[in-house]
Amino acid sequence: MLNISDIMQTVNMIDHQHLDIRTITLGISLYDCADENINSCAKKIYDKICSKAENLVKVGCEIEREYGIPIINKRISVTPIAQVAASCNGEDYSIIGHALDDAAKTCGVNFIGGFSSLVHKGFTNADKKLINSIPKTLSETELVCSSVNVATTKAGINMDAVALMGKIIKRTAELTAQQDGLGCAKLVVFANAVEDNPFMAGAFHGEGEAECVINVGVSGPGVVYKALQEVKGRSFDVVAETVKRTAFRITRMGQMVANAASERLKIPFGVVDLSLAPTPAQGDSVARILEEMGLEICGTHGTTAALALLNDAVKKGGVMASGHVGGLSGAFIPVSEDEGMINAVRKNALSIEKLEAMTCVCSVGLDMIAVPGDTSAETISAIIADEAAIGVINSKTTAVRIIPAPSKKFGDTVEFGGLLGAAPVMKVNQAGCSEFIKRGGRIPAPIHSLKN
Amino acid sequence: MKAIMTVIGSDRVGIIASVCSLLASMDINILDITQTVMEGIFTMTLLVDTSTSKHSFDEIRSALIQRGEDEGLNIHIQRTDIFNAMHRV
Repeated sequence: MLNISDIMQTVNMIDHQHLDIRTITLGISLYDCADENINSCAKKIYDKICSKAENLVKVGCEIEREYGIPIINKRISVTPIAQVAASCNGEDYSIIGHALDDAAKTCGVNFIGGFSSLVHKGFTNADKKLINSIPKTLSETELVCSSVNVATTKAGINMDAVALMGKIIKRTAELTAQQDGLGCAKLVVFANAVEDNPFMAGAFHGEGEAECVINVGVSGPGVVYKALQEVKGRSFDVVAETVKRTAFRITRMGQMVANAASERLKIPFGVVDLSLAPTPAQGDSVARILEEMGLEICGTHGTTAALALLNDAVKKGGVMASGHVGGLSGAFIPVSEDEGMINAVRKNALSIEKLEAMTCVCSVGLDMIAVPGDTSAETISAIIADEAAIGVINSKTTAVRIIPAPSKKFGDTVEFGGLLGAAPVMKVNQAGCSEFIKRGGRIPAPIHSLKN
Repeated sequence: MKAIMTVIGSDRVGIIASVCSLLASMDINILDITQTVMEGIFTMTLLVDTSTSKHSFDEIRSALIQRGEDEGLNIHIQRTDIFNAMHRV
């Protein structure tokens, strides 16, 4: 029989250290839903999602009960809608947004991602229509998430798209002003977006993907934090080894759940995303892991190095535990969704500039950051451009999910509730950058993109 | 289906009897059992086979959780696969 201490370790991880499967995300291709008539297209999309995802939540709950492991989210990602809707008549794609929202509600999932567009090199007519429909869609729907890829290492940065997204984010905040700009929490601007990311708000079912696929995102900052408490004062060699061992266990569990879900739903397994995804709950924070390494508070000098070690060790530990690793894979640092990050911002220890440095060494970017409501569209675009540059030059995914919270000032707090948490409004550099953004065009791909 | 049960609570007379009689009443076979008391906390793990029972896994799980609530014990039942995945390479 298994060792009693191993068994109790697993039970304790689940009961006391927030070990869970963060999401089972069903990717569904919608290419066969294209139709000249946008209403017919929307109906086909609704019908296909409801038929493919019919059993997703039921099976997820079954696995939760049988294995005793919480599966926090069951979600759906779909083909970027700009590609599906390209042959539709009409300008307003929010009709399709509503179909996605209705389908998500019928299936019982808590988010659906893919109201998306890939414009890293340029816009098609459909891309323009989709992007212009984002503010209305996010303000009128509850569960739809949107993402726009504005840059890749291969193509460079589409600065016209960067400029446009600043305006779209501002407009989305205005239309959801009564909820403190909640719409912007469901909108991600990417560089080097991945096609198989199971996490929201940036999930979509990429063009290289199969008809349907199961992707799983694991979590477990609390487990890593607890493991590091056991090696206080020891060298970084020991810290790295401890994180690797813990990540291995977490990922093995994720792979097992992915296999079980794939078998029961009769849908192929895609990837496990090895991510340390925090929640606002006490003891489920990435920031607290960094502090456990010896930092007084997250954001102080040393934070970037601590995060680099953590991010790398999570990947090294996880990669052997899974057949296929994908998605974003690394540590997430969403401010509003991490109790320790919120604390660090409130104590003025963590700034946007420091977060930007941290995004150079972790899996995503400036995530769930609230800024004053009077922040200009150009400043938001420039923040996006900086993040995109980090992603493009370092051949990694970066993203910006920023909320210019209407009528909020530096020091206020924005409450989103649930997994989205609460975000302290952060200070933004006041110096202008509008002439920079106004230039438009493309920032060329870096020299190291020429690998052939 | 083979599953691991864990029972945790303050030590007192009759915990094993209570849990095992409930398992017997549902025709669940115990394949292995390990028990210890650490600092007054009773900890028991059991390897059980539910395939001999006519009850569904959900019914078994609910009955065990209910018994745990009635007697102030923390009882889990989980498929063995999760422990094998996490602790066996």
